[in-house]
Amino acid sequence: MIVNRKPLTFWEKLYLPAIVGGFKVTIRHAVRSLFGGKTVTMEYPEQKWAVPADYRGAPYLVKDQDGNTKCVSCQLCEFVCPPKAIKIIPPGPAGRPADRSNAEKMPQEFEINMLRCIFCGLCQEVCPEEAIFLQKDYSLTGLSREEMIYDKEKLLALGGVHGGIQKWKQKLEEAKEQETFPVKV
Amino acid sequence: MNWSFIIFSVVKIAIVIGVVQGMVAYAVLAERKISAWIQDRVGPNRCAPPFVKAIPGLGPVLIRLGLFQPLADGLKFMLKEDFTPAGVRKVYFWLAPAIAVIPSMLVIAVIPFGSQLGHQQMVIANLNVGILYTFGIVSLGVYGIVLAGYAANSKYPFLGGIRSSAQMISYEISMGMSVIPVFLIVGNLNLNQIIGWQAQHGWLALYSPVSFIIFLVAAFAETNRLPFDLPEAETELVGGYHTEYSSMKFALFFLGEYSNMIASAGMMVTLFFGGWTLPFWGLDHPATTPVAGIAHILVFVVKMLLFMVLFIWVRWMFPRFRYDQLMDLGWRKFVPLALVNILVTAVVLWVMS
Repeated sequence: MIVNRKPLTFWEKLYLPAIVGGFKVTIRHAVRSLFGGKTVTMEYPEQKWAVPADYRGAPYLVKDQDGNTKCVSCQLCEFVCPPKAIKIIPPGPAGRPADRSNAEKMPQEFEINMLRCIFCGLCQEVCPEEAIFLQKDYSLTGLSREEMIYDKEKLLALGGVHGGIQKWKQKLEEAKEQETFPVKV
Repeated sequence: MNWSFIIFSVVKIAIVIGVVQGMVAYAVLAERKISAWIQDRVGPNRCAPPFVKAIPGLGPVLIRLGLFQPLADGLKFMLKEDFTPAGVRKVYFWLAPAIAVIPSMLVIAVIPFGSQLGHQQMVIANLNVGILYTFGIVSLGVYGIVLAGYAANSKYPFLGGIRSSAQMISYEISMGMSVIPVFLIVGNLNLNQIIGWQAQHGWLALYSPVSFIIFLVAAFAETNRLPFDLPEAETELVGGYHTEYSSMKFALFFLGEYSNMIASAGMMVTLFFGGWTLPFWGLDHPATTPVAGIAHILVFVVKMLLFMVLFIWVRWMFPRFRYDQLMDLGWRKFVPLALVNILVTAVVLWVMS
């Protein structure tokens, strides 16, 4: 295809209208960003992205409403973890008992190596106790490799309380209802 | 020639060089800030030594303006590895950055940046042939770039050097011819006398606007600023003539470019906008009190800074010229225009006398 180019008119050859136009456009943008504060820059550490609801960030351990550790040290997440980022040390026969009822044990140590973690979410999916969740954190930084291995205390502190889910409580009430016979349906 | 002359000259040289270096550093910051604002960005706003944050109220504002960025930039240039590629021609490679800086510094020597402080004239060298000296020195500036392109022994710097030599030589002609009407009108080559004439009769930009426009455009071309930045066209030539340079040698090219900008801004103020004079507040005759002397220096600096802002501003308005367009504009538009301008001015002056 041949595009016929129109020869420039006298005014266009002088470049003057284009120069004036250039000044106008640039001053408009400069004034807008200088006095109106309308910049396209997001100043990152102070301003952050709004993370979508189903975002898969770093996996953290969560506590239930009563502040008890949910994890029962079943080690399913450790087995399922594709990059082997999770390491769980179970309490053993002589270990501390779980700090809540309806749980046999809780982990003595629970480590996630955030340098290995690929944020796949399989741990969250496999967890029978709903004790580990991928949360919103996407910016994990540290000054050493050791610092990037998060231990149980850190994971629990970062995970916080995950309200609304206490599946054993519901099961307990169901079981209690079934103790009276005949069962009401 | 006596001792006090030498001592005062050395002091003036030291102060002027110090101020120009500082202005270069902050011109880079201004460039970054203004380009950021024009492009709806924020620009440097983080860098600061730790104690600044502690200043209540003022500290965050200073950091926000990025006022400490030039210090960090300078430090970075000092500390970077000074790498010399294997294939370069060593002597020229070392010589080129110096040759790029020195002419721009020398030009500043004849620019009157104020009237008088005490009995000292505020100009380093009050030459009778000031403007001729300027053009002589400015034309040396091209050697730094050509040598840099040649010394690097690599394709892209070489192309940058070639383009630059052609461009600077072409525009020097129209630049030189554009100021001839100024001398026809004033009848003197001494920059102080030109300023004195303007204080009496009004700014020369009003008498000879065509001269001013040609000089302005040629100054853009001479300083390799957009839209005439062909020698260092990043998109075409990697970095242009300074591709192979690193660390302080690279910084010297930057210094040269920005001091060139400062020098040509100073020349434009002196030749066309009355130098250190203002037509009101009694600032149009040489100062008798120190306060007036300082006011004159401030007037000059402010006018110069306005031109610096123009230099930076224009950068974000135009696309780069193609090589043939550049040559066409230089030789087939500006040279004839400058000639006609000389002729018309001469005829008008002849008729009026």
